[in-house]
Amino acid sequence: MIDISESVMQLLLALIVVGPLIGAVAALLPAPPGLKGKSPDQAVLRHGVIVTGAILIAAIVLAFGFDHDNPSKMQATTDISWIPALDVRIHLGIDGISLPLLVLTALLTFLCALYSYFKMPSGPSPKAFVALILVLESGTLATFAVLDLLLFFLAFEMVLIPMYFLIARWGGAERTQAAWKFILYTLLGSVVMLLGLLLIGLKSGTFDMVALATDNGPRLSTSVQVIAVLAIGIGLAVKTPMWPLHSWLPDAHTAAPTVGSVLLAGVLLKMGTYGFVRILLPIAPDGMHTFAPYLAAFAVVGIIYGSLACLALAKQGAKGDLKRLIAYSSVGHMGFVLLGISTMSPTGVNGALFANIAHGLITGLLFFLVGALKDRTGTSDLDTLAQESGAALYGKAPRLGGLLAFGAVASLGLPGLAGFWGEMLALFGAFKPADDLSRPAFLTFMAIAAVGTLLTAAYMLIVVRRVCMGPVAPGARGAAKTEPQALADVQGYEFAAWTPLVALTVLAGLWPAALLGLTDPAVQQLLSGGKS
Amino acid sequence: MTVAAESAAGVVQSVDWLAIAPPTIAAVVGLLVLVADLFVGDKKKVLLGWISVAGLAVAALSLLPILNDDRSTFCLTDGANACSYTADRFTLVIQLLVLGGALLAGLLSMSALKDANGTAGQLPEGEFWFLLLSSAAGAALLPASRDLATLVVALEVASLPAFALVGLRHGDKRSSEAALKFFLSSVTATAVTLMGVSFVYAATGTLHLTEIAEELRHVDGQLDTLAQTGVALTLVGFAFKVAAVPFHFWVPDTYVGAPLPVAAYLSVVGKAVGFTGLILVTVVAFPSYADVWGPALAVLAALTMTAGNVAALRQQATRAYSAVRLLAWSSVGQAGYLLVPIAAAGYADNPAEAEKAIGSTVAYALMYAVVNLGGFAVVALVGRTQRLNRVGDYRGLYATSPLAALVLGFFLLCLAGLPPGIIGLFAKVTVFSAAVGAGLGWLAVVMAANVVIALFYYLQWTALLFRAPEGEPVKHRVPAPLTAAIALAAVLGIALSGAPQLVLRFSDTGLF
Repeated sequence: MIDISESVMQLLLALIVVGPLIGAVAALLPAPPGLKGKSPDQAVLRHGVIVTGAILIAAIVLAFGFDHDNPSKMQATTDISWIPALDVRIHLGIDGISLPLLVLTALLTFLCALYSYFKMPSGPSPKAFVALILVLESGTLATFAVLDLLLFFLAFEMVLIPMYFLIARWGGAERTQAAWKFILYTLLGSVVMLLGLLLIGLKSGTFDMVALATDNGPRLSTSVQVIAVLAIGIGLAVKTPMWPLHSWLPDAHTAAPTVGSVLLAGVLLKMGTYGFVRILLPIAPDGMHTFAPYLAAFAVVGIIYGSLACLALAKQGAKGDLKRLIAYSSVGHMGFVLLGISTMSPTGVNGALFANIAHGLITGLLFFLVGALKDRTGTSDLDTLAQESGAALYGKAPRLGGLLAFGAVASLGLPGLAGFWGEMLALFGAFKPADDLSRPAFLTFMAIAAVGTLLTAAYMLIVVRRVCMGPVAPGARGAAKTEPQALADVQGYEFAAWTPLVALTVLAGLWPAALLGLTDPAVQQLLSGGKS
Repeated sequence: MTVAAESAAGVVQSVDWLAIAPPTIAAVVGLLVLVADLFVGDKKKVLLGWISVAGLAVAALSLLPILNDDRSTFCLTDGANACSYTADRFTLVIQLLVLGGALLAGLLSMSALKDANGTAGQLPEGEFWFLLLSSAAGAALLPASRDLATLVVALEVASLPAFALVGLRHGDKRSSEAALKFFLSSVTATAVTLMGVSFVYAATGTLHLTEIAEELRHVDGQLDTLAQTGVALTLVGFAFKVAAVPFHFWVPDTYVGAPLPVAAYLSVVGKAVGFTGLILVTVVAFPSYADVWGPALAVLAALTMTAGNVAALRQQATRAYSAVRLLAWSSVGQAGYLLVPIAAAGYADNPAEAEKAIGSTVAYALMYAVVNLGGFAVVALVGRTQRLNRVGDYRGLYATSPLAALVLGFFLLCLAGLPPGIIGLFAKVTVFSAAVGAGLGWLAVVMAANVVIALFYYLQWTALLFRAPEGEPVKHRVPAPLTAAIALAAVLGIALSGAPQLVLRFSDTGLF
């Protein structure tokens, strides 16, 4: 939209990837004079806000400088040799697929830093907290910006340690086990993924994603592609997560601090699906063809399984935890993303990418809201919250209740909000998958997934009814019970952290073309093997 | 003999002193220290330590003048192109590893010797430094040896002082038991190797590695079994040094019984001796028997890494000396990774491929040497106040000495192969790619599983460092040599993480 010279764009992208790392190191050092703030804790939290804010601004400028007429072209590319022995190059670049994810990551991390500035999760010193958030940001941004397979793996691994410590140190009950489960699952997956990446690299002679994608894998035999897709797919599927490899996710979400949950759901899961689109679809199309029906089947099972689990958790007397419920709903939503990818058609993949962003916005918002609710009431247990009749958030804290209801209906895919388009396009894609995929099978998957949307609507509405509605307890129930606890309504900083998410959810719902116009040309090019 | 008929000039060889300088300097300084010990008063024994460390540094620096040329000396005079001592790139890299490792271990020893001074576990300084330098000289000679006799002599020169070092603590029962265990199993392994060497000699009629390689290509059909047995038996002694399964049982007890710097020395230099010997005999001497040693080493690698990692996983954090035990078992696991590319070399289609695979082992070994010695250095630091050195004692180290905790966390993550230990990650990647490139998919998968197991205990330890401390934190006062050792290892580790090419280039080019 605005004309920025290529070298400035390069610098911006490099800054976006490296900036948070430098910020993380700086966070560990004592504050320089003049920036000490009221207390060391306050100073370091402010440092976090400033760094993530600067990265967000850089990302937005990058988005404006991006050539929107050519979203399929890699832009702001840097290509430097780093480890010639392994043929690892620092190859950075963005196109229409990675740009939205990059901006989403920068935005969510900034909002998390802002939120923590006012509401630091209980735990050890904020110094380490800020440093870890920044390392996490650097890792996720690098994942979306790098164009080298081994560098992708490095970035993929880079988020593990910070996330582990965020959960294990600042989390809630049973955080240690949850953190272990998170890191062991992901690591087991990613080591297998490394083998697949090495197989591709060694057999084709290059680790460069762009070179590999434009060749459309002619140098890779089908059997190599099948093994590579299996190995890489497992690693990515753990991260996404795909049923039945999802069981680390509910535990991790339940135990993680609010900002940890937001980042986990909002950006970390996207690394998995991004890998499917960026690596597997263009580089090993034959292998993907072999596994597409299975992937779709698992995705559909995940949709139904996630919804049923949520329904069971939402039931009265099930002692369902709200955070766990949203985590299971993520399994369902990511099922739609995987279904879209497995169709291997432009419609489906576009839908998957759209659903990716929408899920990041909506689920990020929901985790923020539930975290705020937990801070106020001390619990996220649905039964304790709702008692017999409902938690009556509309009465006690109308704005919070309203936002929660907004998040819930956005999540169930109400037309006009962001959640709708992605899932609808994924279903459309399944209606007409790529030519050589079995159409009847995908029609069946589509029908089952459609049932999934109904189930999603069911449990989301149950949640809204139990949390938001209900009688505001009458004062005349006896002196012992006294007044219903007054709940603080949405605070100023909470508004600041949540409004961008709400606004973008509405914007993406009303103007999907803004996003699809970016992704579509890039997807067309990926699927056609570099021939745009 | 024809030699007798030749002129005196033909018999008296000119020795390339520059080429043999690194091991020679180490040995000479060792002797100097032994003699000087007689004339130095009790108060000034520290001087011996500084002389030894300086000697090791000079020995390492003496690699510089011969950096860019292949030199050979002690060659056969009958015109055949076979020499006993060759200083090629492979030799120089391993010598750097050995001498650098000994240097770091020396720095650790200085504070250990000082601390032990006046206590029951006092170590005799002169003897200690002499033994350390002798062993280092043997280890530096080994990569240059190009005939089986020199190889075995170097192996013994490196090993024999090590037994004494392990058992050097007077009146310590654990120490002498560890030394005896180490000695008996090592001697058995060496005897087996010698038998293998004799078989190979019987089958080929030569001891020079390159000539053996030539002769083994057309061994008489009747002698084939003999040659095969010889090849297999020769590997045993070196496998013992690497601490490969089933020759690994001595490791934990020896490491715990030995003074900590000696354990650190064994874990790096001892292993370097082992895998260097393995590389020389397999790739240089027995390439035509790759179908024998390739699969054997692959199985050995898989077993070794699994045994080491599983045992490390089962270490209880509350047991006495569990930190050292854990490092001991983890070093067994790491030895398994070191063997993977050597096994892959057995499957290589051409010598260039094999040399690249060997380069992966060397690159991995360099990474391992830096971070493992660094890890031992921090363990030695903590061990000064926590005599029992349990893993549990590391809880809350960050609160008392943040830098030491951060550095130990970095070393452990390097060993685990996770960012921020980037060098550890890419070293593992080269090993993986050697395995995948050689078609050893199953071994790569076994190694992948092992990496995850290993991550569990490394990360558990790392997480413990940053927990809230129990009880009143004790301030450590850090002696200068120990600080220097930790700082050196940390700087090297961080530099390598920024520029992994520094070591990884060996996995891309031929070393011989």
